[in-house]
Amino acid sequence: MNDAQRLVDLIPRLRRYARALVGERSTADDLVQDTLERAWSKFHLYRRGSDLRAWLFTVMHNVHVNRVRARRPTDPLEEEMPELALRAPQGDGLLVRDLERALERLPAEQREVLLLVSLEEMTYEEVARTLGIPIGTVMSRLSRAREKLRIMMLGLPASAKLKVVK
Amino acid sequence: MAEMSAELPITEADLQAYADGRLAEARRAEIEAWLASRPEEAERVEAYRRIHEELRAVYDPVLQEPVPERLHAAAAHPRRRLGRYGVAAAWLIAGLATGAVAGWQLHERRVAVPPPVAETPNFARRAAVAHATYSPEVRHPVEVGADQEDHLVAWLSKRLGAPIRAPKLDAVGYSLVGGRLLPGESGPVAHFMYQCSRGTRVTLYLRTEPGNNRETAFRYAREGNVGVFYWVDRRMGYALSSADIGKDELLNVANAAYRQLNP
Repeated sequence: MNDAQRLVDLIPRLRRYARALVGERSTADDLVQDTLERAWSKFHLYRRGSDLRAWLFTVMHNVHVNRVRARRPTDPLEEEMPELALRAPQGDGLLVRDLERALERLPAEQREVLLLVSLEEMTYEEVARTLGIPIGTVMSRLSRAREKLRIMMLGLPASAKLKVVK
Repeated sequence: MAEMSAELPITEADLQAYADGRLAEARRAEIEAWLASRPEEAERVEAYRRIHEELRAVYDPVLQEPVPERLHAAAAHPRRRLGRYGVAAAWLIAGLATGAVAGWQLHERRVAVPPPVAETPNFARRAAVAHATYSPEVRHPVEVGADQEDHLVAWLSKRLGAPIRAPKLDAVGYSLVGGRLLPGESGPVAHFMYQCSRGTRVTLYLRTEPGNNRETAFRYAREGNVGVFYWVDRRMGYALSSADIGKDELLNVANAAYRQLNP
């Protein structure tokens, strides 16, 4: 399979991750597009035979960090989550939005780790390599991300919990 | 985590790995036993597992969504996008790789034709200056907007004395903002502006060429921070400029424009 085809095959996964990372669909697709374009311009840096998926997620991480930094002069990756309790939702239509909003409130660095583990099912070692951080940092970010989400989700009435279709 | 021996104390990392179902059987059983006598911790870990499932339930459907064309285009290597121009593109890539001038012939039968009028760097330079002048403009980037495209094209065709067209670049992510008339070295010039969803702009500079040049060569020039791909086809000279996108993406846009303007 050639490189372009492998990239094409990975688009749905890049989109899933990007959607969870930045929320809005067109912004997420912009991130994917920038990632693919950057991947081509940096393709000479990709080591043949190594995991293309992990490399692409590294590229996306870099693109995302640059975009966020360009948007806001302060460093939002270091920002702590505001101490806000989630408002109880007013109707069932908000179920998905609640998770999205809770995710949005995580610091980006914690969100990335959580999403690579949960959505991409990367091993903790793969996450560490992809983001270029020590594995201990992966574990502490994962733990903090989940604990914050848990507390935010606790603010919701039980009936508002998302139903998972098995 | 999986290798931890039975004597190791249970850490937060163990609980995360347990919630992710990533522990070896023996260790998993130890954690289970530990949690059995700690209902609060057990509930917390259960919540983590639920969060995991909810994330999958909310975001996995994205995998099934149709992929937008612009992402397909971005994933396709320039070599593939070019289709029948693949050979020429390979020359270009080889040229870029060696840092050589990115001059290449689109049609083999035109290889031997003498250099085109537009090879004078003046043409590319003027296009770059026009780009640098108008593309940062927020309130008045164009004289006539894309909402009056018919009028715009008819007006510019009349002034240039040749039928011109504003190529549709939506397939490569750029939509027409509008256009304006500019003074050129030897007569009026048409200037179309395009913008992508991220606000990045490219401009297409068109002028009539004296004589009947059969030549169609793609050439790349850089003027300050503005990159320009330019080419000539018969009576028209074209230059596509941008300050914000890389050479590869600009080439992609130039190819899309070329295919429509020089079918």
